[in-house]
Amino acid sequence: MMRLPTFSYCAPDTAEEIAHILAEEGPAAQIVAGGTDLYPNMKRRQVEPKTVVSLARARALRGIEWRDDGSLRLGTSEPLRALERDPRLQSTLPALHQSVLSISTPVLRNMGTIGGNLCLDTRCQYLNQNFEWRRTINHCLKCSGDTCWTAPGSPKCWAVNSSDSVPVMIAMGAKLLLQGAAGRREVTAAEFFDVTDGREWIRRQPDEVMTDIVIPSQEGTRSVYLKLRRRDAYDFPVLGVAARITMDGDLVSDARIVLNAVGPAPVRCTEAEQALIGYRLNAETIGEAGNLSRRGAKPLDNTDYMPNYRKKMVPVFVRRALAALA
Amino acid sequence: MTKRKIQMMLSVNGEDHDVSFLPHRTLLEVLREDMQLTGTKHGCELGECGTCTVLVDGEPALSCLVLGLECAGKDIQTVEGLGTAGGPHPLQKRFAELNAAQCGYCTPGILMAAQSILTKDPTPDRETLREELAGNLCRCTGYLRIYEAIEMAAEDMQHGS
Repeated sequence: MMRLPTFSYCAPDTAEEIAHILAEEGPAAQIVAGGTDLYPNMKRRQVEPKTVVSLARARALRGIEWRDDGSLRLGTSEPLRALERDPRLQSTLPALHQSVLSISTPVLRNMGTIGGNLCLDTRCQYLNQNFEWRRTINHCLKCSGDTCWTAPGSPKCWAVNSSDSVPVMIAMGAKLLLQGAAGRREVTAAEFFDVTDGREWIRRQPDEVMTDIVIPSQEGTRSVYLKLRRRDAYDFPVLGVAARITMDGDLVSDARIVLNAVGPAPVRCTEAEQALIGYRLNAETIGEAGNLSRRGAKPLDNTDYMPNYRKKMVPVFVRRALAALA
Repeated sequence: MTKRKIQMMLSVNGEDHDVSFLPHRTLLEVLREDMQLTGTKHGCELGECGTCTVLVDGEPALSCLVLGLECAGKDIQTVEGLGTAGGPHPLQKRFAELNAAQCGYCTPGILMAAQSILTKDPTPDRETLREELAGNLCRCTGYLRIYEAIEMAAEDMQHGS
């Protein structure tokens, strides 16, 4: 049996209590929501928290609420299955619905939460292995070693952000609310995931818990999420593409193209976006945006498929995403 | 604190059980090792194979990734509660008839997932079954017999046989 290491467990009723416990325990504590990411990582001894703080009893962290202005507030511990089953989410936020449906399996979506998927720990083939396996390579930079085996000369960890929902939240301009011991703060999804090292894949302070996700009204926009993976039944992405287009008549007035699973942080394809704004969405502009999207992505050899192939697929998937919106 | 057992009531297959276990024990460990309910199987134990699927408040969950103590006040259903050798559930009857269980290791998890599907959708189409069972791996059958057995059981249950 692969057993969990020992820990103490608590399930406070409020976000404030959670933040206070996190502040007292510091980095020795881990937040658990659905457990589908944390518990496997703990079983492999990638993380061994002294305290596990569960979000299960904090009622304020639940909810799918549509507001009068067309925005959507999601409680972070809402199961992915609940988002998937929300008819309005399916019709008005298609990219989010597609990304949620593509996450793991129905059973895991019953358990896993939207906040959990946003905060999904970065993954790497040198990391997501059992302890004995990792010991034979003398561990890695992310987990008690001092070499990143993906890029041995690098001072950074190159573990991959493999969340399907992250690029969609950035494309949709979502805001995240965090509760810390000293109070609440709001951060854009773009800022929260703006990192350069796979060891610090989210910009969360040790005392903070994400409580709410607010997605502004997407009226007037079209969006899509496409995912490359070896097994379509279920798999982590080795490339995720979220695209959102706003049209003014026949011309593109705003474009957002966000890649994920190409490195420790999601990548916004700003050059490709700029190449679309003010133009029609046709084969020519879509092709050009696809070519420009290649530049920001630097997939390395630490997940499924060869990095060259994954890099070649970036323009292909960006073109497919834009064609779906044309 | 972490070495001290907790004592709690766990509702399994409609019966309350007084159990004590360490806080880090998964529901799978509690069921199999503390309650001797070994019908639920352990496979990958990392959430990838689905053989440990049980129902928690009617929804399928992987018992290898749920703590026992997180199940306080919840209704747990395992394969032991589905039917008996003398009175099998229509799903079990059809699985046996069609050889939908070959080595049998994935069967308890698939039976529980299938039961949950039929509770929500008494006449699921093939695509729904394929999608809903995507997380339950079977390396013997190629799945066809499993889908057919569930569809036949669904018909049996519709006609009350």
